[in-house]
Amino acid sequence: MATATGVYNTTYRRDLGLRHTKAEYARLALLGVFAVVLPFRLDTYWLSYVNLILLAGIAAVGLMILTGYTGLISLATAGFLGVGAYGTANITNRLHWPMPLGVLGGTVIAAAIGAVFGLPALRVKGLYLAISTFAAQAILNNRFKDWPWLTQGHFSILANQPKIGGHQIHSDFEWYWLLLVITALVVWAGVNLFRTGFGRALIAIRDQDIAAEVIGVPVGRYKVLAFSIACGLAGFSGALGAHYRTVVTWERYDFDTSFLFVAMIIVGGLGSVSGAIYGAAFMTWVPAYITRVGQGLQQGSSGTPFIIRELPAIQLALFGVVIVAFLLYEPRGLARLWQRAKDYFRIWPFRY
Amino acid sequence: MTRFLQLTVNGLGNGAILALATLGFVLIYKATEVINFAQGQFLVIGSFVVYNANVTWGLPWPLAVVVGILAGILLGLAIERVILRRLVGESSLSVIMVTIGLASALFGIVLMTWGAEPKPSPKFIPSGSVKLFGDVSVGANRLWAVAVAVVVFVAVALFFQRSRHGVAMRAVADDQQAAMVQGISVNRIFAFAWALAGAAGAVGGVLLASINNGYSLELESFAILVFPVVILGGLDSVLGTVVGGMIIGLLVEYTKSYMNVNASQILPFVILVAILLVKPYGLFGQVRIERV
Repeated sequence: MATATGVYNTTYRRDLGLRHTKAEYARLALLGVFAVVLPFRLDTYWLSYVNLILLAGIAAVGLMILTGYTGLISLATAGFLGVGAYGTANITNRLHWPMPLGVLGGTVIAAAIGAVFGLPALRVKGLYLAISTFAAQAILNNRFKDWPWLTQGHFSILANQPKIGGHQIHSDFEWYWLLLVITALVVWAGVNLFRTGFGRALIAIRDQDIAAEVIGVPVGRYKVLAFSIACGLAGFSGALGAHYRTVVTWERYDFDTSFLFVAMIIVGGLGSVSGAIYGAAFMTWVPAYITRVGQGLQQGSSGTPFIIRELPAIQLALFGVVIVAFLLYEPRGLARLWQRAKDYFRIWPFRY
Repeated sequence: MTRFLQLTVNGLGNGAILALATLGFVLIYKATEVINFAQGQFLVIGSFVVYNANVTWGLPWPLAVVVGILAGILLGLAIERVILRRLVGESSLSVIMVTIGLASALFGIVLMTWGAEPKPSPKFIPSGSVKLFGDVSVGANRLWAVAVAVVVFVAVALFFQRSRHGVAMRAVADDQQAAMVQGISVNRIFAFAWALAGAAGAVGGVLLASINNGYSLELESFAILVFPVVILGGLDSVLGTVVGGMIIGLLVEYTKSYMNVNASQILPFVILVAILLVKPYGLFGQVRIERV
């Protein structure tokens, strides 16, 4: 939590606050207005992408807590999205529980399985853990594909649209409000987590785990907990996504999706909760935009479907390049760029 | 009994190839302490270049293999020089994530260049079967693969024991600063390790293609078995690579036959997690004790 350039806190209260300047409150208000106006200005096509961003944002915040703040990598985000999705679909379909309980169940199952795969954290350090999550992804995806009990022998299973107070939520417009509130709560919780002792302990583990252990942080247990939180949030996002999309198929939970989430938090900026949302937005809009451009090209000229035909490949390559480029040139991502822009204007025309 | 022996022979054959595919990974880790998630792409790219050289450009196969190995070396060198050298001294977290990004980028490029359709397997590796003993027979391609793997591993062992560069590489792996003080160019050793990994990837890729009856993206799914192998054998042990490769190869064959394909796909990863819990540095890996 570096202090921003040109901000002078004169009271402890202000120093401890999340927002230090009036401009930040103004921005928050602007953001609120933007969020309220947005669904009225967008058509259904783009609004559905906004919903996907909000969904991805939940899981990205979880991964950010794990990777950006605790210094562990998870390559299994997609696997745990799937756990949440299959969890809630099975709970609501078989036990006929209402959707909130199903989502809660999916989240808890994902967190529990996540804790199991995080257990090697008790024995080994960062690098090895990445491989453990790699194994988790391989195992989970295989289970989604071939476990008749889970899918009741079908290729895909259905999840119902939720009902709130007797009202069926089905349009993108209604979903937007639901997801907006949930994602805002997750972000709020995520930001505030790092003002608590537990959150500070996670940061200490990231910066120097041996020193953290020495000052009394139970490193192993907290690492497993961080794992569990990240996987739980992924499961939460997956469960909500299952009800949003209404169809659950294993293809959506493969390695590529896990890569996508890693890309999100790197692009957004490691070590920034809001960065997770920037990253989710960036990595969801860009492919959508490429698709749109591709479709435009196809309609315009007669025979250039290359960009359409190769779209998945182009996306993969692009994500890879974006990850590498950000790590080389701006390892702290979009959040840092935004921070620098703010610093520049706050005390303009001076440098520091 | 015959079935068991047959499975054992097949499993050992696959294990040898798996070990070869893993070798590049271990070489890079040993010298540079980078976990290279893009190793699977090295296999795919190396083998596709050989396919192109042999089938599309019509080169004779020894030349095609040389072209493939050269391509692997160039790829390794380019990655080291352009990307990883800038990250020397950065946290291992960002280095790992760079290789993840690299894996994704390379995979996308492979898809764009060669497409997703499988290509027929190389013609130059004989595909008949050889009777060993009793009713046990083994595909000639597997025998070939094992022979190549043995040659490569003996060469690597000799290289590390006898040659100047091999000893220098071990020195760098042991202690970078001390090696630098001795006048070893650490940069050059890093580049060397990546080049070797690229070459090993190409050779492994071609052999994998021969037992899988063709070049395809299936290689990718075989290539992810690299992780169970290295964790079982120990991340920094060449011997561990061989033993780990054999064990995983055998287990996959047994479970595939006696249980089902799904079990054989999951088992290696279950072993991986179990090993991490019980013996995190693997069978032959060097146990690292950290001091502040």
